Amino acid sequence: MEADKPRKTSAAAQARRQFLLDSARMACGVGLLGIGIGLYAKQAKALPPLAVRPPGALAEKDFLGACIRCGLCVRDCPYDILSLATPEEPVSTGTPYFVARQLPCEMCEDIPCVKACPTGALDHSLTDINKAKMGLAVLVDQENCLNFLGLRCDICYRVCPVIDKAITLEQQLNARTGKHALFIPVVHSDACTGCGKCEKACPLEAAAIKVYPTELAKGEPGKHYRFGWVEKDKAGGSLVAPDVEHRYNLPEGQRYESGRGLNPDAGSEAAPGTQPAVPRALQGGKL
Amino acid sequence: MSGRIGADAVAAKGWLGAHKWLLLRRASQLGILALFLLGPLAGVWIVKGNLTFSYTLGFLPLTDPFILLQSLLTRHLPETKAFVGVAIVLVFYALVGGRVFCSWACPVNMVTDAAAWLRGRLGIKGGAYVSRKTRYWILAMTLVLAAATGTLAWELVNPVSIFHRGLIFGLGAAWAVILAIFLFELFVMQDGWCGRLCPMGAFYGLLGKVSLFRPAAIRRSACNDCMECFAVCPEPQVIRPALKGVGGAGPVILAGNCTNCGRCIDVCSKDVFAFGTRFGNKVAKVSQPAQGMKPAACK
Repeated sequence: MEADKPRKTSAAAQARRQFLLDSARMACGVGLLGIGIGLYAKQAKALPPLAVRPPGALAEKDFLGACIRCGLCVRDCPYDILSLATPEEPVSTGTPYFVARQLPCEMCEDIPCVKACPTGALDHSLTDINKAKMGLAVLVDQENCLNFLGLRCDICYRVCPVIDKAITLEQQLNARTGKHALFIPVVHSDACTGCGKCEKACPLEAAAIKVYPTELAKGEPGKHYRFGWVEKDKAGGSLVAPDVEHRYNLPEGQRYESGRGLNPDAGSEAAPGTQPAVPRALQGGKL
Repeated sequence: MSGRIGADAVAAKGWLGAHKWLLLRRASQLGILALFLLGPLAGVWIVKGNLTFSYTLGFLPLTDPFILLQSLLTRHLPETKAFVGVAIVLVFYALVGGRVFCSWACPVNMVTDAAAWLRGRLGIKGGAYVSRKTRYWILAMTLVLAAATGTLAWELVNPVSIFHRGLIFGLGAAWAVILAIFLFELFVMQDGWCGRLCPMGAFYGLLGKVSLFRPAAIRRSACNDCMECFAVCPEPQVIRPALKGVGGAGPVILAGNCTNCGRCIDVCSKDVFAFGTRFGNKVAKVSQPAQGMKPAACK
């Protein structure tokens, strides 16, 4: 009887030992797998710049937990622009996206893709498609944009569903000709929905204007920045007292006009005869 | 007992009788797939979505509880529709058996069944071994990953959803994933994916512990120990208590990991098994407890 007892305990200890060993084996083996998948998941959090999420998509880090990859948004898109990422694509497997250069969002007023989403990964509080923020258009290539070259392409401006709000044309002097205007397309982030129609329509071989994820496209001023003119507007008057008009030491015969810069003084308008000399060859007369 | 599994049953019940549940199961698996494919292929939109969430005829939402649980763990609260869908699915599988998903709906089952069949035909034996408990550890790991990364990390590699989504929305490289599963089952590990590793199966297995609809060895006294049910069963450990009455167990297979595939019913030439409910257990207990049969050594 006495001899039995230690043997029993040792059998129990043996079982306990085995249990702990098995558990450790499982935890370590599966843990290794988990670390692998976890690191992969960290990498897969980055959305490549060319992939645009459907309207109303939560911020990418929340989207990847909320989207259950069912594809109902894909199904309810009447223009078939959305697709679900397959495993080899650089977008998180099974999540919906579109590539603006191939097919941009048509901005349906009833936003069927958002309504179809069962989880709210596409936020149901988005009810006005013009408030969508799928991304932000950026005129990336100012060297090849036809409008920057002085041509009146204007296509991105014309196709924009939020014309004159999301993209405006700003006049600048064409320094090349010296006498023409450049009509520079300027994107305004407060109105741009990121639909990608501008990118799709850009006539260049590769688009000069592209839709990027907003956080990639947008800068952010320092939190401590204060702009004098903004503060002045807010305060309703100058914050620095006294606000005296600046006195300039101007060249003779010039006067300064706010917004226009230096101008010949009206009183000292140059007489016709005193124009700067033009080479005779260019005066049209015979030499 | 002749060479191939089920040969006795075919002799006793005819080919159809010995493949009834298998055929029904394939019809269910292919039928579900066909319903999903009718939309994209033929433009008939009865079911939209895939197995993680589907919307039928514009009013019936069905949500996969495993993926919704992961999503909740990333601290996202889904819309009501997803919750309604998950409630319907949970009630359904609590009635018919948790792992009915595995054997009657999951497309990977056809792949692993094909591998198992080929394994038998080629006479491939043995291979690597991991415990059938591994799936619970992987299940825990997927849930921890969801909470830790804030993303549905398992969905990046989950062959079940990758395969099903691929079939409906475009396969891409998903064929490689599924070929890997097939070859793994064929050469590396018998019942490897569905029976040992898959966390979805583990999840539905836990759900199945309470399920109503169960197979039972109602005529276990007629068992002639041919062992074919053990050979054909993807979770053979679930059969023994019910068939042999180990420890006074009733004839109902109560283990959650039984997939309700019905192959044991098909291959039994003595009609020992039949589907019933878990409440059939007490009545049958009155019938004689199994005699002291020695369980043949399982390999």
